[in-house]
Amino acid sequence: MAYYEEEDLRRFSEIGKHRPDLFEKFMAWYEACQEDGALTRREKALIGLAVAHALQCPYCIDAYAQASLEAGSNMEQMTEAIHMASALRGGAALIHGLQAHNSVNKVSM
Amino acid sequence: MAQELPVIQATPTAALLASGDFDARLATHGIKLLRADAIETLQVNVGKLCNQACKHCHVDASPARTEIMTREVAEQIIEAVRRYSFPTLDITGGAPELNPSFRYLVRAAHALGTHIMVRHNLTVMCEPAQEDLPEFFREHEVEVVSSLPYFLEQQTDAQRGQGVFEKSIRALRRLNAVGYGIEGSGLVLNLVYNPVGAFLPPKQSSIEADFKRELATRYNLSFNRLYTITNMPIRRFLDYLRRTGNEERYMRKLVEAFNPGAVEGLMCRNTLSVDWTGRLYDCDFNQMLELAVAPELPQTIFELDPERFAGGRVMTGSHCFGCTAGAGSSCGGALAKA
Repeated sequence: MAYYEEEDLRRFSEIGKHRPDLFEKFMAWYEACQEDGALTRREKALIGLAVAHALQCPYCIDAYAQASLEAGSNMEQMTEAIHMASALRGGAALIHGLQAHNSVNKVSM
Repeated sequence: MAQELPVIQATPTAALLASGDFDARLATHGIKLLRADAIETLQVNVGKLCNQACKHCHVDASPARTEIMTREVAEQIIEAVRRYSFPTLDITGGAPELNPSFRYLVRAAHALGTHIMVRHNLTVMCEPAQEDLPEFFREHEVEVVSSLPYFLEQQTDAQRGQGVFEKSIRALRRLNAVGYGIEGSGLVLNLVYNPVGAFLPPKQSSIEADFKRELATRYNLSFNRLYTITNMPIRRFLDYLRRTGNEERYMRKLVEAFNPGAVEGLMCRNTLSVDWTGRLYDCDFNQMLELAVAPELPQTIFELDPERFAGGRVMTGSHCFGCTAGAGSSCGGALAKA
């Protein structure tokens, strides 16, 4: 059995086979989040792209790379968003170094 | 509209693809695609000769093509414009300026008081004997419509060929210099955005704002409107889709983004397309597929009777999903308000 089949992205609605009421609520919320609001669709698509990379979800990366293109972003902008996500992930790992320092310092003379 | 950002489709795709027939899809919305009462625009494709060979070209135009309109057909075009007083003559190609009858068409139509649009690729201005095009356009009050897929060199050259962006910027400077695209001049310069690849165009107003800002900041250039046009899955763009394994995905994207609200504004309803031999089509895309107007209607410009087209049926195919996807697409850009 292979994981992360591209075709599975389009089968997403099959999740609604069981407890369709929950899936419908999710879809209504999800789609509402995409609409132009205080943030534009383009900004939201770039946020989606960044989060997709932070989550390292291949479905979301594919979907939001396409969504960003179709919202008018170019590769420079998309790459900056990906760097933002990566920088935060790097920073989040690095700040935990203080946990390690604290742990070591606690038992050190 | 969720269909503009189809990140997750709640609707099963198989059902959508099964309804791939365009007329059937219209019928599910209770729509029958019929022509309007009047032909507003006579769109004339004077041939496939072009100084460029763009990767997305639905005409398959290039410097190697030899199919171009003769003077006899061009004179019949003008006769039809004179007799039926079409409000707009929309001249396209190829690069229409390379046709020896191009300036005749513009001069004669202008003398008849017709509004003239020219699909001008910008770089043709750098060809021999074409340097005076800005002045020629101005003299005949031509509305210039020019493709510029992006405001950056890399994307533009990727679609239209090496060096095209730099030449396009030079040509835009020349057009601006004679007043085109300058507020208050009355000389209209509209740009056309095509996606550089197998994806749908962004919201027209959003990308127009980007183009205005970036072209002004980077190059001190101005223009009037930006039209977004969806790449049509025919000819050279279809070859690209097949070569890159994108055909199924792109067609699915078009079908899933079907927007019934775009149908009313489709250009095939009030435009008549003429090819280089004088044959008639419902649009330039049908022309390239050699899908002529309905057989019960006049087939050539030589026998044209516009009244017979009023309320007539439009010939369709799966490529028509390209004009109804998302906000819709036409030679005048997006059709539906996003």
